[in-house]
Amino acid sequence: MITGRAIVAGEADAEALVTHDALSFWGGYDFHTGEIIDKHHPLAGVRASGRILAVPFSKGSSTTTAVLLEAVRAGTAPAAILTTGTDAFFALASIVADVMYGKSFPVIALDPADFATLRSGEHLSIEASGVIHRR
Amino acid sequence: MVNGEGGPAQALAMSILVRMADVYGATELMDISQAHIDSTIYLGDATLEFAERLASLGARVVVPTSLNVSGVDECGWKDWAVKPEWAAKAARQMLAYERMGAVPTWTCAPYQTHMRPAFGQQIAWGESNAISFANSVIGARTERYPDLLDICCAITGRVPAIGLHLPENRGGDLCLSLSGVPAELQRDDQFFAVLGHLVGQLAGDGIPVIDGIVVSPTEDQLKAFAAAAASSGRVALFHMVGITPEAPTLEAAFRGREPEQTIAITVGDLRAARRELTTADGREIDMVILGSPHFSLEEFRLLAPLVAGRHAHPRVRFLITSSRLMKERAREAGILDPIVAFGAEITLDTCILASPMLPPEIRMLMTNSAKYAYYAPSLLNVRVTFGSLADCVRSAIEGRIVRDESLWQIA
Repeated sequence: MITGRAIVAGEADAEALVTHDALSFWGGYDFHTGEIIDKHHPLAGVRASGRILAVPFSKGSSTTTAVLLEAVRAGTAPAAILTTGTDAFFALASIVADVMYGKSFPVIALDPADFATLRSGEHLSIEASGVIHRR
Repeated sequence: MVNGEGGPAQALAMSILVRMADVYGATELMDISQAHIDSTIYLGDATLEFAERLASLGARVVVPTSLNVSGVDECGWKDWAVKPEWAAKAARQMLAYERMGAVPTWTCAPYQTHMRPAFGQQIAWGESNAISFANSVIGARTERYPDLLDICCAITGRVPAIGLHLPENRGGDLCLSLSGVPAELQRDDQFFAVLGHLVGQLAGDGIPVIDGIVVSPTEDQLKAFAAAAASSGRVALFHMVGITPEAPTLEAAFRGREPEQTIAITVGDLRAARRELTTADGREIDMVILGSPHFSLEEFRLLAPLVAGRHAHPRVRFLITSSRLMKERAREAGILDPIVAFGAEITLDTCILASPMLPPEIRMLMTNSAKYAYYAPSLLNVRVTFGSLADCVRSAIEGRIVRDESLWQIA
């Protein structure tokens, strides 16, 4: 069990996809397919749609938020995003998706030491409180 | 405002802002006197619906507000591969932001227009390169604002009182010190773009302080640096000792604190960073692309003598992305004619990354922009060669990639 800080509270239950490299969703995520497309990124070519994406923080374009909003609308967003600190870009996308479409996704900040223990492929269950169960 | 005294649009914007203030951990909001809106970039139905929701609720910006690039060159898109449906929706999104009372600057380099903020001015800017430039080169104060929040700040005139708005948070975190990098290399046209690409990767989520610059970069070189560092990384503020306004000395750049870390940057590091910007491996070239961030009047001035009396190879397209204002200023300065006679095309309001304009046969690009070099391979599925402005012109003339490597081959 990991106790995170719910930046945007919500529940999710899905497989983890973990990276230690920051990601810009603009130029990095195809919202038509839910695939990571940044050719400089180790997860290039991997689908994040429906998975719990653990990425330390956003980088690059301000448009990251808009790409994530499009992904929520298209049903191709990650099920949740876990970060190492408060990332306003991911949080805003979830908040605006809630305002516009009544759909948000949890954004949870983890202690970097906890974040470091996450592994791609493990099953995570996120509670609204920010507690994450590992199965 | 949340209760609707300022109308439903302001109430909606304020409700988003208040939730974000909570995310940022802000205990109060503060006033801004200017905004720059990156939400103008049309991506699909969601960005359009957001803009039209605000506009239909009667949203009005309450501070002077400039607009970033849109998804279409409003007057020139028909010359390119843009589909009419895309153009129509992108134009609707442009109209929505114009209806809110923002100034239709349509540029990612608003700091080179009449909307340039002043040192110390509190602003809310979106667009990663513009944020980095405004904070670092001008010394204005903006947090790293994402699309969709920038407009909420402009409609309310308020921002969370956090982060880079507050002087105490603007000191450097890590020291990046040039080590044995000769002035000759620092003077090279590509140097600051390459350095920015490297700094973005080294800086993580901290504020980098760059020490050891012995030349005086031009504004456009600092623009190239800012754009590169905000593409390969998340640099919203940097200090260059002896160059940027908050860094007259190394101590001032760190605001009296000790650097968390000091990293040396060598010629070898810079060569490796420069190599990363090239993803093509032959001499093939379909297009030269200049202008990310948007080409400035000074850049038109540098280009004109390089192309005067010459012609681009018939197989190579030569495209410059810029703003209406800069093109007009270049025309007034009498430097546009030789550039057009060379065979250059000029796209306004947008860029090749924000508008699906390139025909599929364009596969091999050459650019002097580290930002184009960073994003184009992923967004457009093209391959890129990075080089100097002079290399780009020579390659366009010869119809094959030609680069002067002499300075970059020094051990």
